[in-house]
Amino acid sequence: MRSLVAISLLTATFAACGGGTQQPPAATGNATAAARIQINGAGATFPYPIYSKWFSEYNKLHPNVEINYQSIGSGGGIRQVTAQTVFFGATDGPMTDEQLTSAPGPVLHFPTVLGAVVPIYNLPGLAQDLKFSGPVLADIYLGRIKKWNDRAIAGLNPGVTLPATDITVVHRSDGSGTTFIYVDYLSKVSPDFKSKVGVNTSVNWPVGVGGKGNEGVSGMVSQTPGSIGYVELIYALQNKISFGAVQNIAGEFIKATPEGVTKAAAGATVPDDFRVSITNAPGAGAYPISSFTWLLMFEKPADKDKAKVMVDFVKWALTDGQAFATELGYAPLPDAVVKKELAAVERITIS
Amino acid sequence: MRDLPFRIIVGAFGCVLALLVLAIGVELTRQSWLSIQKFGFHFWTTDTWDPVAGQFGALPFIWGTLYSSLLALAIAAPVALGIAIFVSELCPAWLQTPLVFLTELLAAIPSIVYGLWGIFVLVPAIRALEIWMPEPLRAIPLLSGPPLGVGMLAAGVILAVMIVPFTSAVAREVLQTVPAAQREGAYALGATRFEAIRAALFYARTGIIGSIMLGFGRALGETMAVTMVIGNNPQVSASLFAPQYTMAAVVANEFTEASDELYLHALVEIGLVLFVITLVVNAGSRLLIWGLGRSGRTRPSRVADVEASAA
Amino acid sequence: MNRDRLRRLISSAFVGACALAVLLALVPLAMVLFFVVRQGIGSLNLAFFTSMPRPVGEAGGGMANAIVGTLMLTGIASLMAVPVGVMSGIYMSEYAGTWLAIALRFAADTLNGVPSIVIGVFAYGIAVLPFKQFSALAGGFALGIMMIPIIARTTEELLLLVPNALREGALALGATRARAVFTVIVPAALPGIITGIVLALARIAGETAPLLFTSFNNRFFSRALTQPISSLTVQIYTYAISPYDDWHRQAWAGALVLVGFVLTCSLLARIATARIRRLRG
Repeated sequence: MRSLVAISLLTATFAACGGGTQQPPAATGNATAAARIQINGAGATFPYPIYSKWFSEYNKLHPNVEINYQSIGSGGGIRQVTAQTVFFGATDGPMTDEQLTSAPGPVLHFPTVLGAVVPIYNLPGLAQDLKFSGPVLADIYLGRIKKWNDRAIAGLNPGVTLPATDITVVHRSDGSGTTFIYVDYLSKVSPDFKSKVGVNTSVNWPVGVGGKGNEGVSGMVSQTPGSIGYVELIYALQNKISFGAVQNIAGEFIKATPEGVTKAAAGATVPDDFRVSITNAPGAGAYPISSFTWLLMFEKPADKDKAKVMVDFVKWALTDGQAFATELGYAPLPDAVVKKELAAVERITIS
Repeated sequence: MRDLPFRIIVGAFGCVLALLVLAIGVELTRQSWLSIQKFGFHFWTTDTWDPVAGQFGALPFIWGTLYSSLLALAIAAPVALGIAIFVSELCPAWLQTPLVFLTELLAAIPSIVYGLWGIFVLVPAIRALEIWMPEPLRAIPLLSGPPLGVGMLAAGVILAVMIVPFTSAVAREVLQTVPAAQREGAYALGATRFEAIRAALFYARTGIIGSIMLGFGRALGETMAVTMVIGNNPQVSASLFAPQYTMAAVVANEFTEASDELYLHALVEIGLVLFVITLVVNAGSRLLIWGLGRSGRTRPSRVADVEASAA
Repeated sequence: MNRDRLRRLISSAFVGACALAVLLALVPLAMVLFFVVRQGIGSLNLAFFTSMPRPVGEAGGGMANAIVGTLMLTGIASLMAVPVGVMSGIYMSEYAGTWLAIALRFAADTLNGVPSIVIGVFAYGIAVLPFKQFSALAGGFALGIMMIPIIARTTEELLLLVPNALREGALALGATRARAVFTVIVPAALPGIITGIVLALARIAGETAPLLFTSFNNRFFSRALTQPISSLTVQIYTYAISPYDDWHRQAWAGALVLVGFVLTCSLLARIATARIRRLRG
């Protein structure tokens, strides 16, 4: 009988704890923490390193501000903001009109930094970097170009001896902003790709094998001779995997660098709500598979204290914060975009 | 009758378990309603998974899940039983505890670590095997396809490694509870070790099947390690070497990024389908166990016997 | 005579096969363990246990908050799962054959096959959304759901195999069923039940998917049950999918700590069961 009592006590304790969830979060704070502000945010995986750097630096400047950002995926970020389980979200692909109207209030997009997606490959014994064009990449991922020595690839790479081996196509298996950016580009340069595959964070790939995450794709490519894949620039750099140059609208073959990405953003026309794809952007030196990553915030947030802190933070991130971008492998925003955003962030009501 | 309060209290805890499962079923149905309405039973029988076009069919995932789990079971069940028998019946006493400890360690390794080990160690080994495979053998559908390394075989092997500790731990405990008299009796009748153990296995058969079912359940739901080595290609193929996909893997892969309503509901419906399949598989195994119980000596029925003796 | 030799031959072959099975399981174990230790040992130091995560580019740092978080989450999960699991197991074995017992067995086996991500989706729906708040409790709840079926089924299997004579003896001496169960039957099966609990702990300690949308994660130190809390697995996951070597090393160190944690649990459980067995003589 004693055990019974003990067990029911345990459950009672748990039930009591469970009841605790209904208390407002404020009840858990203590009196001295009045000035301490905790803000939760969630979303894209790609900007997680720089965001965690920013929030850590910002915490050093303002010790009472604790901004907790977690990478649960862009779609997750959009969902959590809409469900109001977090104060702000982050995404690699802008919200659709449909998603915006279904949100409980107007949501604003703020580009924070830029990233690039690069085609990586594993061809042992190849001395120089390969050159690709959008249509060739699209045909490889449509399964039309099957061999490395295909005339289309050879034509872009005169003087390079390409092996007569099969191309093993590797793509992301998990839904990903990286995939979104990549297929967004391929759909712009290849009408066939657009009609057969289309644009989303996950698509119905006609060929290839799926690797989970950037590390899954880079792992599979580095393990499989004759394979091609796509990852964020920083993964190719950090893992020292060869990646190819891609031809832009101006006809130049550009190997991705932070400068080339910033140029792509400078060449694009940025609308007032900042929801814009900058893949295949015009301009000399622009790297064609580039994208913004966005912060998502409500225009009229309920909690004005948190709103004020976030507005201050965004201003800091757009100015002083940009200095951290390049060293972490991101491309800083062009000045024009920063200027436009600093004006737009004032739209958030903080009183 | 004085035992009624006990029965009610214990039963109440049991009801928590039952209600949880019911609640999961209801919640999954609620969260997949759009997809259920739109695709109906076609969801189970079509093989297009196209988030862009909003076309969703679960067949390749169902196939991949059952294939990989059965493959894993085929590899793991004999190994796990062998371990259980060796540890509880054959090995010297001093070796028992370390072996138990080591097999439990297999359960301690996080799924993602198995996955990474799979990518860097297992998959290259399987690719080597595939490249080595002589041409005539490749004509067999079971062994056809290009040598990618990732695919059904890699998934089956990883899953097998992961479920061995669960099945062997339970099987071992089950064997250890077989009364010593049972074994002694067999030896006294001149049985060899194999025959004595066979008798013990027979005595404990429902528990043994239970242990295998526990492993099968684990295999059905395992996610991270599988998705890292199976190749994630939604196709229905008999080949061990073909990249395929599982239900748990597709949900885990796509859930975090999906933002479109129908797409989300389709993903949750995959979870629901898996839920239903597990239910059906369990029903099957229960019937099997009952069948066994009826064909052999019936197990001492506890409630009736004990009630009678207490009266 | 010939038949006898054949029988003995089969028997020896069988014994050999069983020994082979052990080796077959130990090979991948050795390989995987070697892999984790080799990758993780280099970055494992005292700071890993005592300091907080650092942003990329700053060397050092640790997972102090995540270690505490994981302990809290598994604690909450056990508080929920051990009573429910053990009691369900008791019901299934004591009242085997009743419709509720059959339903429970179904329920447990079904729950056991539900992938962790789906448990996460469920827990998010009922423990996060209504409160608009990620919390440690929601995470513990999700993990607890995953522990229950393993505990329930192992408890049941083992109680069923406790010799009936024990039960009958206790009842014959005039014990109530509750007394018979808790003083005679459960103790007889206790080593196995503890094994079940350890296995369940081992399973949940390494889970990421159900936590991502429930306990979330926290860069800062938190002990509040109603706030997001850090966990080793989510932290490992976040680091593992990052591009940086520094973070990969931290992830491997975290994986090693996680394996060590479950190993310690298992060891303690072993000692406990050995002691129980000895006490019982």
